Amino acid sequence: MCSTCGCSQPGGVTITRAGESLSGFTPLNEIKLSPLVQHHHPGDAHTSRVIELEQDILSQNNQQASHNRDHFRQQHIVAFNLVSSPGSGKTSLLERTLIDLQSQYKFYVIEGDQQTMNDANRIARTGVEAVQVNTGKGCHLDAAMIHRALHELNPQDDAILFIENVGNLVCPALFDLGEHSRIAIISVTEGDDKPLKYPDMFASSQLCIINKIDLLPYVNFNVERAKEYARRVNPQLEFIDLSATTGQGMDSWYQWLQRQMATREPELVH
Amino acid sequence: MHELSIVLSIVDLAEEQVRKNNAQRVENIELDIGSMAGVEWDALDFAWTAGVKNSVLENAQRQVNRITARARCLQCQHEFEITQPFEPCPACHDYLVEYIQGKELRVKSLTVS
Repeated sequence: MCSTCGCSQPGGVTITRAGESLSGFTPLNEIKLSPLVQHHHPGDAHTSRVIELEQDILSQNNQQASHNRDHFRQQHIVAFNLVSSPGSGKTSLLERTLIDLQSQYKFYVIEGDQQTMNDANRIARTGVEAVQVNTGKGCHLDAAMIHRALHELNPQDDAILFIENVGNLVCPALFDLGEHSRIAIISVTEGDDKPLKYPDMFASSQLCIINKIDLLPYVNFNVERAKEYARRVNPQLEFIDLSATTGQGMDSWYQWLQRQMATREPELVH
Repeated sequence: MHELSIVLSIVDLAEEQVRKNNAQRVENIELDIGSMAGVEWDALDFAWTAGVKNSVLENAQRQVNRITARARCLQCQHEFEITQPFEPCPACHDYLVEYIQGKELRVKSLTVS
């Protein structure tokens, strides 16, 4: 089932900081999912009352996302939400980026996966502080999880925060985390029609990274067709083709990141 | 399967209204859900059964107003019913379109008692 229901208890959602030891982690924090409370008032006599609510169902998540955004704004932090299918190379892209740019920027990483500390541990090996959010049976990160993870991370000002969402091209599209930009990653080992099959994710992203381009000679993936499909869904979408393995195209990604840092909202710039 | 998260958000909203109105339960709930809201009807039905258990919505009647998505072409201003996010304008075939309706995901009203 999904992340906020508590049906995956006793595991539930856990947030764990990646530490020095790379095995045997004990979760430091566990989100206690509030039980569904019934408010019975026996004896109270009530007549039926219609309430015209007109309230957005995701308003709670959106409010929390807005709160996260305030956190980021106050601390001059730029947050990126990385979304993709499992296996597109999100973590590899992050590892290389962190190693290459650590001298220029202060980085933090929030890793989302159903299970394991593997990705946060990979990030921790680069020397960057990372927390792992394990969603249990959940299929996406939500704004409340990011809020808890932020308090665990306690980031310094003027940093870049990468949020690696759960590998899933469907559900994370609906959940604003308070990010500055959303980045969809596809790899050339997937079908080039992914943007049409999973349009919501491409529609809600600002940048699309096409990863593993070193494998293009061996696969039947048409880069231009993939871009054309993605533009049908989102005419404003930007693209960067790269290989996190060979380093090809990484310069364009770094320049994009620099542009995001330079063009942050005016109040973010000192 | 984010539909269960959506159902649980609806339960939270309903619990809040029941509390505010000093009521005990929800008799009827009316939802507006657009055809482009990213919600699968079957998944929502499945999640509803599990999600409302032991909540104020457990025995509530659910009414879903399905809102058909409509878009406006930003090139030629033509308005049309849109069934896929990547559908071009039928008049000028441009993909630069904006939604007029169909992204709704809201609780329209509740009857509490």
